[in-house]
Amino acid sequence: MSLLQLDNLSVTFGQFKAVDNISYKVEEGEVLGIVGESGSGKSVSSLSIMGLIDFPGKIEADTLSFDGQNLLSMPEKQRRKLTGSEIAMIFQDPMTSLNPCFTVGYQIIEALKTHQGGSKKELTKRAIELLMQVGIPAPETRLAAYPHQLSGGMSQRVMIAIAIACNPRLLIADEPTTALDVTIQAQIIDLLIELQRKKKMGLVLITHDLALVAEVAHRVIVMYAGQIVESGPAAEVFSTPQHPYTQALLKSLPESSVGQSRLDALSGVVPGVYDRPMGCLLSPRCPYATDHCRSVEPSTQGTLERQVKCHTPLDYEGRPTA
Amino acid sequence: MFQFILRRLSLVIPTFFGITLLTFTLIHMIPGDPIEVMAGERGVSAERHAMLSAELGFDQPLYIQYFRYVGGVLQGDLGNSLVTRTPVLDEFLALFPATVELSICAALFAIFIGLPAGIIAAVKRGTIFDHSVMTVSLTGYSMPIFWWALLLMLIFSVNLGWTPVSGRIDVVYWIDNTTGFMLIDTWLSDEEGAFTSAVSHLILPSIVLGTIPMAVIARMTRSSMLEVLSEDYIRTARSKGIAPWRVIVIHALRNALIPVITVIGLQVGILLSGAILTETVFAWPGIGKWLIESIGRRDYPVVQGGILIVATIIIVVNLLVDIMYGVINPRIRHSH
Repeated sequence: MSLLQLDNLSVTFGQFKAVDNISYKVEEGEVLGIVGESGSGKSVSSLSIMGLIDFPGKIEADTLSFDGQNLLSMPEKQRRKLTGSEIAMIFQDPMTSLNPCFTVGYQIIEALKTHQGGSKKELTKRAIELLMQVGIPAPETRLAAYPHQLSGGMSQRVMIAIAIACNPRLLIADEPTTALDVTIQAQIIDLLIELQRKKKMGLVLITHDLALVAEVAHRVIVMYAGQIVESGPAAEVFSTPQHPYTQALLKSLPESSVGQSRLDALSGVVPGVYDRPMGCLLSPRCPYATDHCRSVEPSTQGTLERQVKCHTPLDYEGRPTA
Repeated sequence: MFQFILRRLSLVIPTFFGITLLTFTLIHMIPGDPIEVMAGERGVSAERHAMLSAELGFDQPLYIQYFRYVGGVLQGDLGNSLVTRTPVLDEFLALFPATVELSICAALFAIFIGLPAGIIAAVKRGTIFDHSVMTVSLTGYSMPIFWWALLLMLIFSVNLGWTPVSGRIDVVYWIDNTTGFMLIDTWLSDEEGAFTSAVSHLILPSIVLGTIPMAVIARMTRSSMLEVLSEDYIRTARSKGIAPWRVIVIHALRNALIPVITVIGLQVGILLSGAILTETVFAWPGIGKWLIESIGRRDYPVVQGGILIVATIIIVVNLLVDIMYGVINPRIRHSH
């Protein structure tokens, strides 16, 4: 039984399908990378796992289960017992993700108190331990600090402390380093991976940073316009991309354009609610698109391990198969 | 924090002078002569007029009169009323408790209705409840006070007979003036039914006076809550799996209250400065009624002194609001 299992999950906001029939699994102790440009539904799909999609957003799925428990059918109260304790999440912008009116200590202890309880003394002790685990110096004094007194990197460490407070089995990190300086980014990722290994958590790492995913993720999912276009073991997907979109993402890395005056880029933007194309959603931007691509939506094909949603998946040479 | 208060207090001095100059100029610009107003229809002879003018200092040039007045104020003397000849400060202190009592009740009404209404409207935005709260508060805000007062009086006092029409208490009671607050004085007295009578006299004026602050507070709370509810830290709070009421009452409200506190403070300041219309309609013996009557009588010292005291009250309330702001918002508290 997988730790997290999604089958045909869709999230719609009125007419707009932010997430369109996606399926994936996360096993215990596995790092799953989700990549894709802005607006491809990465964050929305993870918020739906946390139960943080509000009206008018609508979630539909054949399965959305955590450790065999159906998240969609369980009562709200029971689900809240899982969120924050068994499943936790870290967000993009640490500077705005902490409540400015409460101390760091209060916000960590609140998470502990909600799910585990205990005396004030025990909770404070636990909070200090957590701050130590995430590498915050002088944790005793930091408990009384307010978020505006912390740097971005420190705030993200506090966010991580809150997330791991109740020893979650699944941690979702939604672009945890996007808002941070490059030097701090590496520290935060190292911390996350270290904690993930130590606690054997499942980790869903949502990011724009392909190099990072290649380095730390076991498997990777490439999303485009709410759909999963390619998935598979990270090393394979990045060495021999089968989907033109994955290929384009890799090509757009500065490293691929050494010696050129311009960086390679995929022209156009992710389709919105009014310009959703017929057939394959990438067809207006895809360099290999045929008339068939523009009229018929491709199905997902491939092995259990390696899947691609394309009529003409790319071969080892990076050329479309006819 | 101490420095902050000192800095705020130092601003009070120029404000004070500005207010004395402004009220002095304005009241002397209004045509009319206090001595003739005092004399009424009987009129006053030219010699008597000159004598009184000299006695009251009105024969001096205006700037001399102003400096005399400011000199008195600096020594804590606001002058005597031209009509009653009693010191302005004594008159003020005798009437102020009535205004405070009414203001507190009106403010409580406004806060206890406006705050929850605004919170619920924000949480249930777009629903019937939200739309009704916003409609009611807009109506309350734009309704003329005197008309609203008369309307309530007509329904509840005249037709239903639930509440008395005006005044602070039924004339059958004789209450010793211990504190000046009718609710406390009647509570302390042995007169049976006096307290109930005082309460029933307070209900309509409080509602009338509290309507505009209530509308302002409800609208402000709603928009502030809506803004806060879309913040990232609310999502963080929800991701901890805490109960929805905790997210709203602890995480959202604390932040949303910061601008609301300012609005409440400003409204309370306005209430304390005397509700001219409400006090007049309900024959409530407070500051507002006192000031409006003294303007009619061209009672210069009362108008000048009264406005100066009222301005002081507003300044003090604003200072308290600023201090409260620092207490609630850690970002301000630590900015020194």
